Amino acid sequence: MNIQILIDELPCELPAGSNLAALLALLQRAPHSVATAVNGQFVAREARPGTVLAEGDRVLLFKPIVGG
Amino acid sequence: MTNRFEIAGVPLASRFLLGTAGYPNPQLLADAVKASQTQLLTVGLKRSMQEKAGDNGFVAMALAAARAQGARLLPNTAGCRSAGEAVQLACMARELYDTHWIKLEVTGDEHTLQPDPFELLAATSELVKLGFAVLPYCTDDLVLCRRLLDAGCAVLMPWGAPIGSGQGLLNPWALRTLRERLPEAVLIVDAGLGAPSHAAQAMELGYDAVLLNSAVAQARDPVRMACAFRDAVRAGRQAYLAGLMPAQDFAVPSTPVSGHAFILS
Repeated sequence: MNIQILIDELPCELPAGSNLAALLALLQRAPHSVATAVNGQFVAREARPGTVLAEGDRVLLFKPIVGG
Repeated sequence: MTNRFEIAGVPLASRFLLGTAGYPNPQLLADAVKASQTQLLTVGLKRSMQEKAGDNGFVAMALAAARAQGARLLPNTAGCRSAGEAVQLACMARELYDTHWIKLEVTGDEHTLQPDPFELLAATSELVKLGFAVLPYCTDDLVLCRRLLDAGCAVLMPWGAPIGSGQGLLNPWALRTLRERLPEAVLIVDAGLGAPSHAAQAMELGYDAVLLNSAVAQARDPVRMACAFRDAVRAGRQAYLAGLMPAQDFAVPSTPVSGHAFILS
């Protein structure tokens, strides 16, 4: 069974029971390359494997950029 | 009068804080950083799925320039509109950049990009509890600044003028008042500086440092402009330490003659 989540507002289908670390692997993102939030709350790197995603979850990935 | 400059207990050799955005290419960014001799570089975060393309090496070059310079990184919370958003983004910045220093930005008006004082204060209280050294980009309102210090801000960074406007110090009276009323606070003018003379003016007022980006990045020659700002910041600081003469309404002769030089009749 699959669930549907939103990654940066784009729909994405995942096997039910997937966690945040598995999602990054699926997206081919190195664990240290992004910071993550689920439903507006920061999820620390070490907490990703224990963060199981649910139907409708909104995942945001942030990366470093230049800034002022 | 001490000439030591510290942020959150960390001494910094340069009073010129520089942003990393908007340079024509990564090499010019690195060269400008080197020329500036800055010890603190601002960086940011953005959603990673918004653009598929890379950043053409700007971030890697900024990080390399910081390492080469021995400079610290100061991530910002640009784009946040609420305290809650800013706190979450600050946590992400701490993890991505491995620093607990945060340039706190919470925008209250889209047109002027004026900071929202209420959200700034709420975010500061939460971030201090979470162990951050908070450097808020704020307005020059004295009462707000006092509240931010009371909430535990490491420094205050009042605006000179709206971000990217290059207008210089729009309200020198307010900035001077802040300096006079908060003599112990570390004060940094952030944003709106367009010319080295603006930076020198801020330093002459007794500000501890300046932070700018666009004036260097958008110059025809960013490296030369970085040098110009570096020297202006030093000159302004020296002038402040030396003590500016008071301005007067009327002429006062500087050559110590008495009466007329010649009596011809």
